[in-house]
Amino acid sequence: MKALRILRRSVRDSFKSIFRNLPLSMASIICITITLILVSLSLFLSYNVRQITKTLEHELTVVVYLKKDVTENQKKEIENDLKTMDNIDEYRIKSKEEFKSEMQKESEDLATAFESLEGDNPLLDSIIVKVKDVSDLKETAEKLRKYDFVQSAEYGEGMVENIIGIFDAISIGTAGIVIALVVVTSFLISNTIKITIFSRKTQIEIKRLVGASNVAIKLPFVFEGFILGIFGSILPILLSIYGYTILYNETHGYLFTRIITLVPPFPFVFIVSFILVAIGSIVGMIGSWLSVRKHLKI
Amino acid sequence: MRLIKVEHTYKIYKNGTTAIADLSVSIDKGEFVFVIGPTGSGKSTFIKMLYREEKPTNGQVIVGGIDVAKLRNSKVYKLRRKLGVVFQDFKLLPKLTVYENVAFALETLGLPNSEIRPKVLKAIDSVGLKEKTRNLPNELSGGEQQRVAIARAIVNDPKLLICDEPTGNLDPETSKEIMNILEKINQESDTTIIMATHDKELVNKMKKRVLAFENGVLVSDTKKGSYKVHESTKDIKKKRS
Ligand SMILES: Nc1ncnc2c1ncn2[C@@H]1O[C@H](COP(=O)(O)OP(=O)(O)OP(=O)(O)O)[C@@H](O)[C@H]1O
Ligand SMILES: [Mg+2]
Repeated sequence: MKALRILRRSVRDSFKSIFRNLPLSMASIICITITLILVSLSLFLSYNVRQITKTLEHELTVVVYLKKDVTENQKKEIENDLKTMDNIDEYRIKSKEEFKSEMQKESEDLATAFESLEGDNPLLDSIIVKVKDVSDLKETAEKLRKYDFVQSAEYGEGMVENIIGIFDAISIGTAGIVIALVVVTSFLISNTIKITIFSRKTQIEIKRLVGASNVAIKLPFVFEGFILGIFGSILPILLSIYGYTILYNETHGYLFTRIITLVPPFPFVFIVSFILVAIGSIVGMIGSWLSVRKHLKI
Repeated sequence: MRLIKVEHTYKIYKNGTTAIADLSVSIDKGEFVFVIGPTGSGKSTFIKMLYREEKPTNGQVIVGGIDVAKLRNSKVYKLRRKLGVVFQDFKLLPKLTVYENVAFALETLGLPNSEIRPKVLKAIDSVGLKEKTRNLPNELSGGEQQRVAIARAIVNDPKLLICDEPTGNLDPETSKEIMNILEKINQESDTTIIMATHDKELVNKMKKRVLAFENGVLVSDTKKGSYKVHESTKDIKKKRS
C-alpha cells in the first residue's frame, strides 16, 4: 500500500513537472518523436528488405546446360555429385524435350519453328540448381563448369549478389543510424531531467531531510522520462499504422515489380508500434536514470 | 536516557580545514541544548554530523542508536525519519501552501492522506498558524515562514529537533516567539532540541545547557549556562591536530 502511494504520488509529480517545464518537455518529446519516426522508417525498410531478400534468395539458381552429346551415365554422375554437395538446396533436371514442349506452349511462333525442324531438337538438357545462400552461387557454378560435358553454368551474373549486398548495407546503415539517434535522444532527455532536477533542488533537499528513501526521490524523475518517451511515441505510432497501411493499399503490396512484395500491414504495424513505444519509454527512462545518477548524489 | 553520544570525533573537510577537533559530548533525551561560538567555529559542522549531512572523519557519532559514521548513503533516510531540521533560510517550497508544505514531508514517506491530514493540522496548530493553512509562503512574515518550517520538522513526531540559527533572519521580537514555540515543543512532547545560534540575549535569557565552540573545539559545556566569550583556544587545537 505504502509503495503504491509513493508510486502514485511520483506519477503525479512527474506530470506536474512535465507541465511546469512545458517548453523543455515539448523539446524532448519532439526529439523522441523525430527519432521514433526514423526508427519506424528504418524498421519498415529493413523488414521489407528482409522480405525481398528472402524472395530473391528463393530465386538463387544456377542453370547448367549439358552438352549435346551428353550420355545417360554422365547425367547420373553429375546428379550423384549434386546430391553430395551440401550448399545445394534442390535441383531439377529439365530434359530438352520438356524444354521444347514448354517453349511450344509459350508461343505459337516458336511452335511452328519447332515443327519446321521436323523432330530435330536443337535445345540442350539442363539442370536447374537452387543453392542455399547467395555466397554459394559463384562457387557452385564454377564447380559445375569443370565437368567436360557441361556446356555452361550460369547464374544472375552478380546481379542478385549486388542487390542483396546493397540491401544488407541498407539494413546495417539504418541500424547504425537508429542506434546513434537513440543515444543522442537519451542524452537530450537526460539534459531535460537535469534541468528539472535543478529546478527542484530545494524540493529534493527537503525530501532528503524529511527522510524520503532514495528510491522515492528518484522515482518521479524516472517516471518523467518514461512519460516523455510515451508521449513522444504517439505520433510515430499513428504515422506508422496509417502511413504503412495506406502505402500498402495504394501499391497493392507491390513496389515497381511483382518480385518486390511488401510485408502485409497487419499485424506488422502493431509489432512496429510496440517496438516504438518500448524504445521511447526505455530511452526516456535510461536518459533520466543517467541524469538522476549523475546529479542526485544520493 | 542518552540520545546522542559523540566520542573523539573529528571533521576535516576535503580542503584540509579542521572544522571539529576531538569532540566528545553526550546529550540526553528531552534536553534543550544551545550550540554557540563565533562564526566558523564549527557549530553547523557539528549539527550536520548529527543528521548525517556530513560524515565524521574520525570518531563516533551515535544518534538515537544509529551509528552515523557507519551509516551507508542509502540508509540515511532511516536516521532522518527520527529527527527534524530547521534552518535559517526556512527552505519552504514557494509554490505550495502552508498546509502542502507541511504535508509534503509525510507524502514523500508514503503515508495515506487520511493519516496525513490530522498530523499536519496538529503540527500547524502547535506553531499557531491555524488561520494561514491556505497561504503561500510569500504571503507570510519571516517569523511565520519559520513557524511553517518548524511545523514541517515536527509533523512526524521526531525525538530530536535540530535547528541551525533558526532566528538568524528574524528580529528580536519574532525570535522570542520562535523560542517560545521551540520551548513548548521541548516541554510538551519531550523532544530533544539542539539549536545553534549567535543570539547572546536569547541564550542568556533561556538558561539552558550551552555548548560553546571555538575553532572547532568544544571549549565549555555548561548547564543553565549563558553566552560567554572564551579566550582563544588556537593552542589547544594545534596540540590536538
Ligand atoms: N563544505 C565545507 N568545505 C570546506 N570547509 C568548510 C565546509 N563547511 C564549513 N567549512 C569550514 O569549516 C569551519 C567551520 O564551519 P561551520 O560552518 O561549521 O561554522 P559555524 O560555526 O557554523 O559558522 P557560522 O556561525 O558562520 O554559521 C569553517 O572554517 C568553514 O570555513
Ligand atoms: Mg553555521
